[in-house]
Amino acid sequence: MDLDSGTSSTVGARVQAIPGRPAQHGALYQFKQQNLPACKPVLTPATVIATFLLMGFIFIPLGLITLRASNSVVEIVDRYDIECIPEELRSNKLLYITDDSISKNCSRFLKVPKSMRAPIYIYYQLDNYYQNHRRYVKSRNDKQLLHGLGDNSTSSCIPLESSGDLPIVPCGLIAWSVFNDTFKFSSGSSELKVNRKNIAWKSDRNHKFGKDVYPFNFQNGPLIGGGKLDPNTPLSDQEDLIVWMRTAALPSFRKLYGRIEEDLDADDVIVVQLMNNYNAYSFGGKKKLVLSTSSWLGGKNDFFGVASLFIGTFCMLISIVFLLLHVKNPRPYGDAMYTSWNKKSSSS
Amino acid sequence: MRGRRRMRKIRLSKIYSFALCGKGTLEGEHSQIGGQGFSRVVFCNEEGVMQNYSDNSVRSTKYTAVSFLPKSLFEQFRRVANFYFLVIGVLAMTKLAPYTAVSAIVPLCVIVGATMIKEGIEDWRRKTQDIEVNNRKVKVHKGDGVFEYTEWKNLRVGNIVKVEKDNFFPADLLLLSSSYEDAVCYVETMNLDGETNLKLKQGLDVTSSLQDDSNFRDFKAVVKCEDPNANLYSFIGSLEFEEQKYPLSPQQLLLRDSKLRNTDYVFGAIIFTGHDTKVIQNSTDPPSKRSKIERKMDRIIYFLFCLLFLIAFVGSILFGIATKDELDNGVMKRWYLRPDDSTIFFDPKRVASAAIFHFLTALMLYGFFIPISLYFSIELVKVLQSIFINQDVHMYYEEADKPAHARTSNLNEELGQVDTILSDKTGTLTCNSMEFIKCSIAGVAYGQGVTEVEQAMDRKIGSPLTHEQVYGTESESDENRKSSDRKTRIKGFNFTDERIMNGNWVNEPHADVIQKFFRVLAICHTAIPEVDEDTGNVSYEAESPDEAAFVISAKEIGFEFFKRTQTSLSVNEWDPVSGNKVERMYQLLNVLEFNSSRKRMSVIVKDEEGRISLLCKGADSVMFERLALNGREFEDKTLEHVQQYADAGLRTLILAYRELDENEYKEFNNAFYEAKNSVTADQETLIEEVSNKIERNLILLGATAVEDKLQNGVPDCIEKLARAGIKIWVLTGDKMETAINIGFSCCLLRQGMRQIIIHLDAPEIQALEKGGDKMAISKASRESVLRQISEAALQLTASRGASQQAFALIIDGKSLAYALDDSMKNLFLELAIRCASVICCRSSPKQKALVTKLVKSGTRKTTLAIGDGANDVGMLQEADIGIGISGFEGMQAVMSSDIAIAQFWYLERLLLVHGHWCYRRMSSMICYFFYKNITFGFTLFLYEVYASFSGEPAYNDWFLSLYSILFSSLPVIALGVFDQDVSASFLNYTNKECKMSSSAGAGSSAGCSTDSLVRQWFSSFA
Repeated sequence: MDLDSGTSSTVGARVQAIPGRPAQHGALYQFKQQNLPACKPVLTPATVIATFLLMGFIFIPLGLITLRASNSVVEIVDRYDIECIPEELRSNKLLYITDDSISKNCSRFLKVPKSMRAPIYIYYQLDNYYQNHRRYVKSRNDKQLLHGLGDNSTSSCIPLESSGDLPIVPCGLIAWSVFNDTFKFSSGSSELKVNRKNIAWKSDRNHKFGKDVYPFNFQNGPLIGGGKLDPNTPLSDQEDLIVWMRTAALPSFRKLYGRIEEDLDADDVIVVQLMNNYNAYSFGGKKKLVLSTSSWLGGKNDFFGVASLFIGTFCMLISIVFLLLHVKNPRPYGDAMYTSWNKKSSSS
Repeated sequence: MRGRRRMRKIRLSKIYSFALCGKGTLEGEHSQIGGQGFSRVVFCNEEGVMQNYSDNSVRSTKYTAVSFLPKSLFEQFRRVANFYFLVIGVLAMTKLAPYTAVSAIVPLCVIVGATMIKEGIEDWRRKTQDIEVNNRKVKVHKGDGVFEYTEWKNLRVGNIVKVEKDNFFPADLLLLSSSYEDAVCYVETMNLDGETNLKLKQGLDVTSSLQDDSNFRDFKAVVKCEDPNANLYSFIGSLEFEEQKYPLSPQQLLLRDSKLRNTDYVFGAIIFTGHDTKVIQNSTDPPSKRSKIERKMDRIIYFLFCLLFLIAFVGSILFGIATKDELDNGVMKRWYLRPDDSTIFFDPKRVASAAIFHFLTALMLYGFFIPISLYFSIELVKVLQSIFINQDVHMYYEEADKPAHARTSNLNEELGQVDTILSDKTGTLTCNSMEFIKCSIAGVAYGQGVTEVEQAMDRKIGSPLTHEQVYGTESESDENRKSSDRKTRIKGFNFTDERIMNGNWVNEPHADVIQKFFRVLAICHTAIPEVDEDTGNVSYEAESPDEAAFVISAKEIGFEFFKRTQTSLSVNEWDPVSGNKVERMYQLLNVLEFNSSRKRMSVIVKDEEGRISLLCKGADSVMFERLALNGREFEDKTLEHVQQYADAGLRTLILAYRELDENEYKEFNNAFYEAKNSVTADQETLIEEVSNKIERNLILLGATAVEDKLQNGVPDCIEKLARAGIKIWVLTGDKMETAINIGFSCCLLRQGMRQIIIHLDAPEIQALEKGGDKMAISKASRESVLRQISEAALQLTASRGASQQAFALIIDGKSLAYALDDSMKNLFLELAIRCASVICCRSSPKQKALVTKLVKSGTRKTTLAIGDGANDVGMLQEADIGIGISGFEGMQAVMSSDIAIAQFWYLERLLLVHGHWCYRRMSSMICYFFYKNITFGFTLFLYEVYASFSGEPAYNDWFLSLYSILFSSLPVIALGVFDQDVSASFLNYTNKECKMSSSAGAGSSAGCSTDSLVRQWFSSFA
């Protein structure tokens, strides 16, 4: 920046030597001459050290705050897929899940570690489940979901596009494999009320799934995938299906099951009565039940806080190292000692 | 008007002894007429006869309305990247596509469409140019001796056209007659061969009388000639006229795109039209130049293709493994994918084919490694960059209203990489305006002007401490001098000496010699005066600026040449006796004109008293040996002055005369007439011999000195460029002394530099030349050049360790011809590279191009050629960057250049500021492009790890397709157009083109580090 003002005279003289050019000072003229004032920050040791220090000051508190928010969330995770198989069948999980005669009833006891404020969200979590597989993702028909049989081009739903002459409503692998474990909660003697409404996106319910589309021929095939749907409820009200149809991006995902709208106290024991219907055994998946409160930052997620803390600390360290280096080996501003041409001339 | 035209009807063929020799005969080549390759028959002036030759419209466009679509599409898809995206687009229609077909095709359409629109606009510009040319008007014979204007495109073979002064010929014409009685006309062929001097053409005697429109009422003739071909200098044909057959030669052919000069009008019959004309047959597309960055970029793209294939391959193998795993002895693992009821793309039973198909899918998916909009963005950025270059007020030449003009935007960034500048001298470093500044008459030196070379010398001698001050005051006085000059300035005349001016010369001791001296200047030339009838001012049309300077200075001193007729010259002379101006007429007997081998010109005139004298002017090398014993009175003094003038950077000519008696002249004239009318092949040598005999025993009068003025700011600019580490070579047609002088004046040569001069003026070679044995000459010359080169190389090696002395290499044209031989050129180049400055003198346009090629291919670094004349065209096209000076020497150089500037010193800003910026912008933009696309592509790949390599994209279709062309391209383009790493003034200040340093890792300052980083980044790929 100092250099700019010092040497503009040589160029300036030539500009003045060309008289009679109109409008030499307008912004447009300056733009055309690539002369608009520009900010060219110079990375001097002082500015670099100050910047790193500032970043440290920003990121460390940020990390602390978000970590605190994340820690305020109470989360209960319970893996039940193995525990719910009777001891004698654990060696042959596939038999257990495919044999309809075996009761799928199961009870889990969850201890509340800290008091949980309503609303308490109930999620089921699947691990190693590839909802993002290309074959799976494409196997649906959005038009049919909205308009029902009005749209017959269900070729995208292969291999589950039709049963008999009619297309399956809703067609496709995603709908076919809808999750069908159910959960009932009680605390002590009283049953905990679970709100199963409004768990899907509002836009999905109103604009993506038809109000007069009924799953009349769903799961009629020889091979039954996931759950069945009530043929008398329109798709727009089948919120479990709607949640399921919004496919997860990663192979490990949680989906909302419902909300408990009561506070739970610490050390309460919640009894979960569940129907362990869904087959996650054949592909080595895991099924988990998650109860979680939320904070202003959403659910429990330490990543952002830890990352911020790390970056902040790192910047602080760097700034201290640079500061020490600068104090030990100071170099004057604009030092051209190590530029290529100076090096060259000194070497030759 | 009529009277004037009468006056112009003179037989000019008399003036030209050499140019008009070579009348054809009907024997020899002409016997081929009618045979193969000579089948053209032209019926002149016959409306009724249908002739099946093409019309006279020309088309220089790349496309027509019909061919535009297929042809430009083909051009587009020749680019690897575009072709790849085309294949992807087609594949996207199938089930293989990971995304919808539209999102693959839209970006391609946008990019290809935009490029095609650009092509279309460019072609439309060419089209409008064609339309302009095709609709130029010319007078054509419509029958009954009536000539009417019609458009060029309507002309047909056989038409008779009348072309008027200063107009271009619309087609290749057979010259029938001109406004001169002997059917002579002057032609400027600058557009064809770049020579600025006028060429003389002469029609056949039989048709020379057809000088009026009405003569053509009943004119009929048949021309039989060769088929259209590209040879500009040959033409074989015959004219059948009034039942006689006459041979035709190139002397009768007027070529399209050359211009009629000094002749009021000509009549011609059209022989070749439109695309059959020689100039269009000759036109080749200018070589398309690509910058090094682009070539490097191509390599990176190929590298990315490899990466893409590798990743797709890895992906499909992993996909195959995952798919094979689906079915375990008939039991489905991931049952929700229904592996039991699958398509070929996902079938675990047919894993191999599924994996192969997946490979194609992956190629589409990871296609984001290849930046689809890169080529288009680069073109866009370059166009915008060149707009900035064109707009730059620092490169705007106010006086001629000429801004810089980047004609091709391809090479902007190459400007920042220039290693060697090859510069023309005349018109580039110098103004090409000759000024008569000094003379030496009868051994007395006249003229007090100070040349720029002398100023430069003074400046060099001045101590370095006060350099700035000296320069400052000097440039001020320079300004003063120029401004005072401007008031009284006469172009070509810058002579001040009270002893001679205003008629004072009559009081000088050798007044008679002075009188003769200026008489020679006033008479011995081929210029044609034009008298402005209103003011009585005389202006001259001369073949060269030197000649014009001579005639003008003679006029200023008091010998005003004002009229030329066929046989005489009239001069208004200052009569020393009466002190008045008297008109004297000299009868012009013969003109022995100037050519490069003779290096002299003479006229033989008879004055009013009946004395015959031969007046001669020529180069010192040929003149001194021709002096008579009694004519050497002032030889020593004159030689000394000539040496001084040459040292001061002036062009010198020696003037001499000789009186002839009647008999001697008669004898000469007979011999001359005989030689001129001989029809043998060695006619020219005969004429030369005869002339040689008469041009002897001359009496020395004196010497003239003409200054070739340097352009503004040249020394300063060259110094800055040199400090920036750019080597500058000067390639000039001038003789060695002049070139060395100019070298000194423009800072190219410095005192204390060791000059290595390679020449062939050694006595033994000259002796051989007299002998005339060509083999021996070439052998001896070759050996001599080789010896000189190796000796010089040894010298250089020897002094390398000892001192920091800089070397300068000066080589003349003859030696250069040998040095450019395959066997020697590497030695020569090696020597030249080690020298700080190189000057090649007496080099032909071809040699200029060859030297350029040698430097380009030998050093593998960027070369820049700069020139203004058509003789530089070859050099401009050969170099990596050709820069044309849009000066006065026509537009030929500009038309074949990549960037045109008005003044040499703008080069400093162009290279050091714009070149630096453009290079940095372009390289960071390309890096940015690859960076953003590689990161994007890698996220897609990494996501596949979480999607069991099924080929599901991580992003939404539209986001995918718009990412490259919309979301992420604007910031990059803005970087490419606007970014300035350092300000212009800083670049001017440091004068170091940082990127020039070849040690990539060394740079660490603000300006250099980024460049070297970019280069490191690049070189890691290359």
